[in-house]
Amino acid sequence: MQISNDQLERILTAVQKPGRYVGGEWNSIRKDWRTAQVTLALAYPDVYEIGMSNLGLAILYDLVNRREDMLAERVYAPWHDMEAAMRRAALPLYSLETRHALADFDVIGLTLQHELTYTNVLNMLDLAGLPLLAEQRTADMPLVIAGGSCTYNPEPVAAFFDLFVLGEGEEALIELLEAVAAWKQSPQANDRPGLLRRLAAIPGIYVPSLYRVAYHADGTIRRIEPLCAEAPEQVRKRIVSALPPALTRPIVPSMGIIHDRAAVEIQRGCSRGCRFCQAGMIYRPIRERGAAEVLDAVDQIVANTGYDEVGLVSLSSSDHSQIAQIVQGIMERHREDGLAVSLPSLRIDSFSVELARLIQQQRKTGFTFAPEAGSQRLRDVINKGVTEADLLQTAEAAFGNGWDRIKLYFMLGLPTETDEDIHEMARLIRELHGLGRRLRNRRVEIGVSVATFVPKPHTPFQWLPLAERATVEARQRLLVSETRLAKVRVSWSDWDSTWLEALLSRGDRRLSAVVLRAWELGARFDAWSECYDPALWRRALDECGLDEAFYNARPRAQDEILPWERLDVGVSRAFLWREYQRALSGELSPDCRSECHGCGILAAFGVEAAERLPEAWGCP
Amino acid sequence: MAAGRQAVQRLRVGYRIGDPLQYVSVLDMGRLWERLLRRAGLPLAYTQGFHPHPRMQFAAPLPVGYWGEAETLDIYLREPVDGDEALRTLAGQCPQGLSIESVQAVPLDAPNLQAQMREAEYRVLVWSAAAPQEMQAALEALLARDELPRSRSRKGRVQAYDLRPLIHELTYIGGQPAADGLWEHTLHIRARSSSQGSGRPEEMLEELGVALDHFRIYRTRLIWE
Repeated sequence: MQISNDQLERILTAVQKPGRYVGGEWNSIRKDWRTAQVTLALAYPDVYEIGMSNLGLAILYDLVNRREDMLAERVYAPWHDMEAAMRRAALPLYSLETRHALADFDVIGLTLQHELTYTNVLNMLDLAGLPLLAEQRTADMPLVIAGGSCTYNPEPVAAFFDLFVLGEGEEALIELLEAVAAWKQSPQANDRPGLLRRLAAIPGIYVPSLYRVAYHADGTIRRIEPLCAEAPEQVRKRIVSALPPALTRPIVPSMGIIHDRAAVEIQRGCSRGCRFCQAGMIYRPIRERGAAEVLDAVDQIVANTGYDEVGLVSLSSSDHSQIAQIVQGIMERHREDGLAVSLPSLRIDSFSVELARLIQQQRKTGFTFAPEAGSQRLRDVINKGVTEADLLQTAEAAFGNGWDRIKLYFMLGLPTETDEDIHEMARLIRELHGLGRRLRNRRVEIGVSVATFVPKPHTPFQWLPLAERATVEARQRLLVSETRLAKVRVSWSDWDSTWLEALLSRGDRRLSAVVLRAWELGARFDAWSECYDPALWRRALDECGLDEAFYNARPRAQDEILPWERLDVGVSRAFLWREYQRALSGELSPDCRSECHGCGILAAFGVEAAERLPEAWGCP
Repeated sequence: MAAGRQAVQRLRVGYRIGDPLQYVSVLDMGRLWERLLRRAGLPLAYTQGFHPHPRMQFAAPLPVGYWGEAETLDIYLREPVDGDEALRTLAGQCPQGLSIESVQAVPLDAPNLQAQMREAEYRVLVWSAAAPQEMQAALEALLARDELPRSRSRKGRVQAYDLRPLIHELTYIGGQPAADGLWEHTLHIRARSSSQGSGRPEEMLEELGVALDHFRIYRTRLIWE
């Protein structure tokens, strides 16, 4: 079923930002459904402006559409007004390219980047007219699959998905689509369980219904048992050993989006080993794109899109071994057209100030640093590897180069934290403030953003409870009371969002019932503070007979079976535990480009790397 | 940077906006054109300043939801380019819903188009349960009024204005039966469109006092001095 222009026009006159729902953007691709062997709807469970800013989906869109026998189209979560209009007009959720109903696709692929988008997933499936529970969907309905960082523990949404693709999707998604296309042509086309077993045999694919979870009386997991031969004991994430060619023909949106610029991925993975950081663990190993390739990609993407800004994407821009060469190269080649360069995630050192100066970045928005913790002791616990001297020197260099504003990112509620660490954080802020005023003038502004730490799966802190609300809020107040200075502004994350993120990031599959109930009660767009109602979630937990404290307030034993036990990111549990112990004793583990800490990634993928591109990794 | 390299040519681009770009806001349309011009690789003249933009000037911003059949934009180049060649280059870079109709050189020192704008004409399609006679009567009643006091909120301030003198022509062209028991009516409107104020067709429709299902507005002509 295709939605007609007339049907759409009648409802779009009454919704905000109708451009979100119409497609047709430059570089978007409309293919012929008659020649496609398999059709994929790529979905982001939030509004267009957020979904369109996701580089991962854009890469997969390009890759799938390059295949003659496949097609991919996009869909995003409709905002409340559009949802209401669609329901009134009985219009199903449709793809932007050819406006096919979502139920017409063979596969719906969602990316799960943030736990607070889960109710939007349910809402999208409901708007598509599909049963929400995977077990209720039949062979004539699309497979509903997901990838993205949340799928490293997808258990809280396991009931809604047929399968998850673990790790990098460039190869795995194509293999999956090929298998689906072949299955459609086969005599078993109507055997959905058979298809799931077939797909479970593809490396990196986790079919949750093929595993049974048994619990102890105290609610902890007793065992997670594969139910058939095709379901592997361990599902290991997929990686590509070398970065595939950069995306150079991305869709150029016709309306403003969050990251409204060209993006070139310069590096995947990070070698710093910060212990709180899930991205640093799950995206290993580190792989760089060479300077020449980056420069060519920038030229092409600018020619193909007309963007006046390019973002160099990585987890730690200043760690790229050729970053200076890349930045200088771009400045030289694009002197005429005034291309701006943005570099997210700069390290705390003078070199980063030099880079920022080179690209004239952030002079308006401020120079950004992320010390993460206030005291040296606590920075050592989290393995931030930054000293106070580094911080002061970097700040001095930033002020010295004309910046009047700096932004500081900290976390609160970190393991082993005491009030003393907050005093130190306040002292550091005061010191930077004084330094700024000495070197610049009274205009100096300091923005301090304090997030509450959420222990994440597959990190050395995965065994730890979330800090208690009373403690976190007392320390927020303490920090504010000790940093009452002119032009110092402190902001912090709201406990109710932290709590839900923690619950959904480390929960088990019993939470699927809670997510479902919260959606039934009306939860949508939980990541939007104006939409989020924590009371709905507390009620859903109560009605499902589950206890928040069990998930958030409880330390896990070393040998406890964690909900993500069968999901293997290539970093060993033994390494994570070792890092946790080193954290407790305040021992640093230096950047793993300088020394190998045996995290397990080489053992997991080293053979593959050696066969294909031995020099491409940062591992020593 | 092209700073100091002054514009040597001004090209007037005529274009149409249709589905799905009628849903794009004025601000987004500016950005869309900037990117289109950069992709086209024409020798654009840039504004001065920290963040330079290609120099361009829209005759009249097209409100969200309007289709445009006679849109006009001036662009500035730092090297002369043949009009036909520019047309071909631009036409190759248009997203769905945008088409280039004409490109003509105009004198560099010609007055600012936006300042010269006086009126615009519209073709409005209206879907309503009202039959043609009822619609026609409503139009006549509207035109018979001496004033149409309304208010608009602009930047948080509510401003009172009279819509009636902004309407220069409002005529019923015809009606035909459409789906769902509705009639599809066609209206012609000529209204003031200038920096001193514009009469907007949807405001006139509101004043008709007739229940509408939905409507579509085409801006068909821009009239400047």
